[in-house]
Parts: sequence; structure tokens; C-alpha cells
Amino acid sequence: MDFLIDYILIPMVKIGVVFGVISLVVAYLTLLERKVIAFIQVRLGPMRVGPHGLLQPIADGLKLMLKEDIVPAGADRLIFTMAPIMTLIPAFIVFAVIPFGPDFELFGRQVGFFITDLNIGVLYVLAISSIGILGVILGGWASNSKYPLLGALRSAAQMVSYEVALGFSIIGVLLLAGTLSLVEIVEAQRDAGVWYVFLQPVGFVLFFICGVAETNRAPFDLPEAESELVAGFHTEYSGFRFSLFFLAEYASMIVISSMAVTLFWGGWLRPFPGIGALGFLDYIPPFVWFALKVLVFLYLYLWFRASWPRYRYDQLMSLGWRILMPIAIANVIVTAALALALRR
Amino acid sequence: MAEEDPHQPPRGDAGDAAPGEAKPAVPKPPPKPAAPPKPKGPQKEPWSDALVEAVRKTFPDEVPGAYTFLGQRNLVVRKERVAEILKFLRQNPVEPFDFLSDVTATHWPKEEEFELVYVLFSFRTHGRVVVKTRIREWEPIDSATAVWPGANWLEREIYDMFGVRFEGHPNLKRILLPEDWVGFPLRKDYDMRLQDVEWVRKHLGIDSGQKFYVGKARHDDGDQG
Amino acid sequence: MTETRGKSFDMSTDEQTLFDANEVTVSMGPQHPSTHGVLQVRLKLDGEKVMDAECVIGYLHRGVEKLGENQTYGQFVPTLDRMDYIAAVSNCLGYCEAIEKMLEVEAPPRAQYVRVILTELNRISSHLLWLGTHALDIGAMTVFLYCFREREEILKIFENYCGARLTTHVFRIGGLQYELYDGFEDEVRAFVKGFPEKVDEYETLLTENRIWLGRTRDVGVLNKQDAIDMGVTGPCLRASGVEWDIRKSNPYAAYAEFDFDVPTGEHGDTYDRYLVRIEEMRQSNRIVSQAVEKIPGGPIRAKVGKIIKPPVGDVYHSIEAPKGELGYYVVSDGSTQPYRVRVRPPSYVNLQALRQMVIGHMVADVVAVIGTLDIVLGEIDR
Repeated sequence: MDFLIDYILIPMVKIGVVFGVISLVVAYLTLLERKVIAFIQVRLGPMRVGPHGLLQPIADGLKLMLKEDIVPAGADRLIFTMAPIMTLIPAFIVFAVIPFGPDFELFGRQVGFFITDLNIGVLYVLAISSIGILGVILGGWASNSKYPLLGALRSAAQMVSYEVALGFSIIGVLLLAGTLSLVEIVEAQRDAGVWYVFLQPVGFVLFFICGVAETNRAPFDLPEAESELVAGFHTEYSGFRFSLFFLAEYASMIVISSMAVTLFWGGWLRPFPGIGALGFLDYIPPFVWFALKVLVFLYLYLWFRASWPRYRYDQLMSLGWRILMPIAIANVIVTAALALALRR
Repeated sequence: MAEEDPHQPPRGDAGDAAPGEAKPAVPKPPPKPAAPPKPKGPQKEPWSDALVEAVRKTFPDEVPGAYTFLGQRNLVVRKERVAEILKFLRQNPVEPFDFLSDVTATHWPKEEEFELVYVLFSFRTHGRVVVKTRIREWEPIDSATAVWPGANWLEREIYDMFGVRFEGHPNLKRILLPEDWVGFPLRKDYDMRLQDVEWVRKHLGIDSGQKFYVGKARHDDGDQG
Repeated sequence: MTETRGKSFDMSTDEQTLFDANEVTVSMGPQHPSTHGVLQVRLKLDGEKVMDAECVIGYLHRGVEKLGENQTYGQFVPTLDRMDYIAAVSNCLGYCEAIEKMLEVEAPPRAQYVRVILTELNRISSHLLWLGTHALDIGAMTVFLYCFREREEILKIFENYCGARLTTHVFRIGGLQYELYDGFEDEVRAFVKGFPEKVDEYETLLTENRIWLGRTRDVGVLNKQDAIDMGVTGPCLRASGVEWDIRKSNPYAAYAEFDFDVPTGEHGDTYDRYLVRIEEMRQSNRIVSQAVEKIPGGPIRAKVGKIIKPPVGDVYHSIEAPKGELGYYVVSDGSTQPYRVRVRPPSYVNLQALRQMVIGHMVADVVAVIGTLDIVLGEIDR
């Protein structure tokens, strides 16, 4: 009975809750983007559908679902349908390992505020993100058209390049925490009494830049920009399949933001967890801290998009390989040396 | 007495008559004994200064006219060596006209001539000069692209609109109109409402019912456009 | 990417590529978000590098010059607005001044001052639109909205003055048609006062931004001699190092009475053209702020008569439009309709230089270069 509850019932409830919440957040992130960018651009954004446009995501979702189902002539129908699913699912299942808060009591049981605590959590996240890239390539290939294929290859090349630098930027955190499990990384920050961003500022900046490039967002969105010759790998997609690609992009934005928060910004910890005098901040529940921090990073994403022009493709790749990679490696070396020195 | 420039249309009060039409006959007034009254309106003043002399010295028989009209200096040249004259104007030490503002043409159907106009500008003196030359409708003329590469599209447009052939032009084909259009619209015998009905039918699938261009110009050697 | 033209084209390149099989011909346009109108650029690409570029124009050809021969001098003025529809006031000014030159009349001082004010406001609005769309093509979408916010103020002034925002038909041969409305000076003053901060805002977003610098520095370089050879005029020529502004060299319409600088660039790349135009906006603002303080009184139109019949002859008159040298060559045969009206469009001649500016660059730069040339297809195709 315990087995049933601990290993089947409770995880299913958790999965349901997380999936529901993340879906809602993804949908409303599209609205938030339009509103934030509109306000930066001295206009109002969606205002008609619902009060202040609050029902806009529902309208958009309905519209995309009810559109005509067009598959290009000669396209591989199965892969054409699978490709957006292959980008969306990895973005969602990453949330299985992210801790949203500390352990809590529920009917006499200790329940962790996460779906599962994998002891190789970080590795799991990186691996699953790479599967998403495969979806991009398949989407371009399955369109049976020269230009989406080239766009997909460029997108994929960009994502792969920045993923290497992303991985390197995390190593500093791993050296400090001594574990790959995300739950334990947050607890390590709590025990250290300081968020890792103060110990690894370079690592954080690198992580976020690489994260933005990883998700094909501005200023690294040339492969899917409108003023390019083609719209990239999702040129031939419309209707529901396009909405899946679209949601996958926003879901991966939330993934990167959550990872940044968990690895560098203390996860669900309150600011300054080491200082007792700020104990009144504990009145705010930890998952609210987590959500607030994730929102800050999502806002950064939108702010970048509204403010900056986009990099040309060769400049983008040159930035990833020639500048960010060496800095990431240098960061690892310096962190390792310092950690060794200070531990002695 | 202002010289009767053979390259200009006869001066006169055209009145309400459309260009080219015959004017109604008026009885001539008796000749006045004193000097004739100054004609109304701006006149062409003869122009001769160091620049004109330099040009006339280098090209002895090529510059039949030089006058100013409304403050604008005009140089009338023969068409045979027009490219060299333009090059000389660009590089001469007196007043180098480094910049080609415009190349254009006007159709004078009565004389069956095109008048080509080159507008030049000098950076040093901020002065302009307009070089004019006339060709018969079927005659080609040297291209100015050897002197100014920027004359490329300007001459292409003259070819497109008038049918003037430029020798030595690197890429003489239509620019504004489709490449297989028949007819040269800015000629005076091309009516406002004419249309290449064949082209429209072939490319757009429309039977527009517009008037179409009839007949060939004298210089058409069988290849249209 | 379908061929709708009749014959196939023959693009001869100066550089032979080593493996011809790698070359791809891609047609950018005529429907494309970044070509600023119906322009078709046929690119020969080797991977991502541009080997050759051929511009195909004429999609918007309406026969304006032919129309001119069939309308009276006064009727032709509104037709001209449709050429460079973004800066319609300049078209009007050039033509009216050309006909006034032929008629040997001069617009009264009050008309000249108002002409200067409206033309310079027009220049600012044209440059604002250029900046917005250029930044948008390169990815900075916010600048677009900010520029349009300012442009809205100018268009309101135009609407209050002559009833139209875009194709204004704002001048007449001999001067102005409408007297200034109450509040014109105040509105212009209010705009002029607030504008320099807005230009600072755009500069904050773009001028020192390293992404912007990366996209515009050394992109589309046009050196001085090439610019003169190709007949390029306007900010493109000034950015290449030639200090020539018709408002200074052959002043017209009261420009001689104002104090302003002519910004010049050095390298002739996209970044320099951007800086030149930003500075031109500031200088135009300066001119308007001087002019609005001392608009003289008096009549607004010279006595020209109802029927305009210039004497037989021809005249070439050019002004400094926002895009470059806008010239009018008008031949009159003494009747009420021009014998020939030729418009020398600045964008037409500037676009010739696209080919040499783009060869050797990447595809993404083609968009930047088309934007920096500031072309308007209405003017190119007429």
C-alpha cells in the first residue's frame, strides 16, 4: 500500500500538477511576451480578448488548433508530425528533476517538492535538451524543401555549439556543490548560506547567454527571423503543429530560466539564506520565491528581444566558439584551482 | 539679334495648340522701321568663357552652340564624339565637372530626332552645365558609361522609354518595363492609353481591351525591344 | 522564386567561382518583408556569400513622366507626391521651384520660410521612417515603434496644415495655397523642443550597441571615388566622404538664411550612413527651430495667374531631398502642358550601387545594405 502511494499515486499527482502549471505558464508566457514588449514599445499589446487581453492565449490556441492541416507535397508525413512533438516533450520532461521548494509534510509523509530526485539531475537535463535539437533537424528535413532544411541545419548547429559552452559553464557549480542532483545543489547553497551566483558570476553570465542562444531567442534568432530569406525550420508548419513548435520554444525558455534559478540563484531559497536577521522573508513560501526568480529571468528574455538587434549567423557562431568557450574553460580552471586552494 | 539655333524648335507662341499641330495663320504686321521690340520672356544668352573656349579648342567642330538660358549653361554638341567631350568635361583643368547628375532624352517627332541631355555638376565651383546633343531616331550613340559607370541605369531607362541604342553599354536591356514589352512609351507617337496587349494576354491572362501599339518605328530592325 | 518575366536573364559575374555547381540563384522579392517595396534582387550565392546581385525594378512603374505630358503644370503636382510617397513634400518643392524658375517668379518670403519648415519636417519624418525600418530589418524592433511615435507628431502637423498626412500636395506653383493655421508655430516649437532627446534615445539603443556595430561596421562599403562615379547622392554620398549638400552649394528657398552643418562620414559603410542620417535629423531640427522663430509676414503666393504657360525652353532644377539629389528637367513648348517632364530620382541612381556594395558579403548583409540605401520604390519606378 505504501508502495502504491509513494511510487504511483503521489508521483502521478505531482506530474499532473506540474504539467498543468507549466502548460498554463507556457500559454500565458506568450501573452506576457506580447504585453511586455508592447509596453517597452510604448503601446498596449493585446487588449480586446478578455480584460486586458487575458484570454488571448486561449484565443490563439483555439485558432491554431482549428486551422487547416497542410502537409507539403512529398513530405514524410510521419516525421513531419513527430518533429514538433519531439521538440515539445523534452522541454516538458526536464521539469521532472527541478525542485520547486523544500520537503513538506503531507498526511504524515515526507514529500519532496519535486517529481523525482535523480542523482544525475544535471546530466539528465543536458541530455534531454539535446533530444530537442533532433526535433528541429527532423522538422526541417521532413518539410521536403531546400530552405527549411538549410534553416534547420543552421539552427541545430547553433544550438549544439552553445550547448557545449552551456555545459562548461555549469561545471563550476558542480565543483562547488559536489553533486549532480539538482535538489542537493539547492541544499548545498542553503548550507553554504549564499547563492552560487555570488561565487560563480562568470559562470552564470555564460550560462544565461548560452541559454538564450540555445533557445533560438533574440539576439540569436537569425535562423528564424522574418527578414531572412526563409523562416527557418518551421516554414512549412502551420496550425496545430506550428503551435507545438511555438510552445516548445517558450517551454525551453522556462527550462533555461528554471535551471538558471536552481543552479545559480538558490532555487527556492530566500535571498540571503545565511543571514538570520532577514528571517521575516521566510513568511513568503519558498515556491513563491522560485516563481518570482523564474519570472525575473523570463522578463530578461523578453527585454533582450525588445531591445537588441540580432547577430548575423557567422558572428553568432564565432561568438560561441571563439569567445564563450574559452571563457567557460577558463572559468572551470579558475574555479577548480580556487576550490582546491581554499579547501586546504 | 538672337541666332536662330537650328537645333531648337522654332520659337513662337504655341498658344492652345497641341505641340506639332499647325498654328492658325495670322496676318503679318508691317515691318517696323526702328529696331524690333525685345521679345517677351527669357532669352538664350550666348555664353563664352574659358570653359567654352577650352572645349572648342579641343573639339574644333563638335560644339555648334553654347548659351545660357534662365541662368543655366547649355552646351550643344554633335553626337559623334560625345563620350570624349564628356570625358574632357569631367577632367578639364578649367572647371572639372566631376559628377553626372542625369542623362535623359526628349523626343522631337517633327524632326524625327531625339535630344539627349546630360546634366553635369562640378564639385569645385558648384556649377552646373547641361550638355545637349541630337540624334536621328534610328541612330545609336556612344554610351557615357565609360566616363561615368553611374550612367548605366540612366541610359537603360532611355533605351526602355525611347528606344535609343547606346553603343558600348554593358547591359542594354529594358529596366522599368518587362523585357519582352513592345513599344517605347515616352515617344510622342505612343498614346497615353496604349498597352502591349499581347504581353498582358500572355503573362497576365487578361484581355484588357486597351488600344495597342500599331506599326513599327523606323529604327526597328525586326527585333522588338 | 518563380520566373514571371519573359526572357531568362544572363548574369555575368566578374569573379568566376571555382565550383559552379555550388552556386544557387535566389530571388529576394518582389514580395519580401525587407525590400522596402516591390524590389526584386536576384542573388547568386555560393553558400552564404553573395557572388552577384541583380536588381529587377519596374514593378511599381506608373508612367509618371508620361502623365506629366498630359496634365497641366498645376495638375501634375499631386501626381508627384506619389513618387517618393514618404517624403512627398520634397517632390512638391522641387517641381514648384523648377516651374517658378521657368516663369521667373519667386515665391514670397513667407512662403519660402514655411516651405523650409515643412520640407525639413518632412526630412525628419523620412529619416525617422528610414531608421525604424532599417533597425527593424536588423532586429531591433523597438526603435521602429519609437520612430513612429515621433513621426506621428509630424504627420499631425501636416494634417492640420493641408489635410493630408502622406501625399500632401502642400505647395503650389508660386508659393503656398493655405495660410498657416492658428497654433502652427506652437506645435512646431513643441516638436522641435522635444525632438533632440528622442534622437538621443535612438542613439542610446543603437550607436554604441556592439551587435549593431557588428552588423553595420564595414558592411556595404562604398568608397569616395566609386560613389562619385556611380552618381550616388544624398547621405550615402556624404557618408563616403564627399561634402556636398545642395542646400549649401546651390541654396534654394531661404536655406541660405539658416545656420546648419552638413554631416560627413569617412568610411562609407553602413554605420557611417547611419551616423550621417542621425546627425541630419538633428540639423534639420536646428533649421526648423531657427525658421519657426522668424516667419515673416506677407503674401503667401506670388502672382502667377490661373493658367500657367511657361516660355519655350527647358530648365533643370534640383533640390536636396531626404534621399539625395532630386532633379526635375522640364521642357516647355509654351503650352499649358509640359512637353517633357523628367524626374531624376535619387533612389534610382543610388540603387545602382547596390551590386558593388553587396558582392562578397553574406546574405544577411544584403538586407542591411538595401535598408541603408534608403530607397523608395515609388521614386525608383515612377
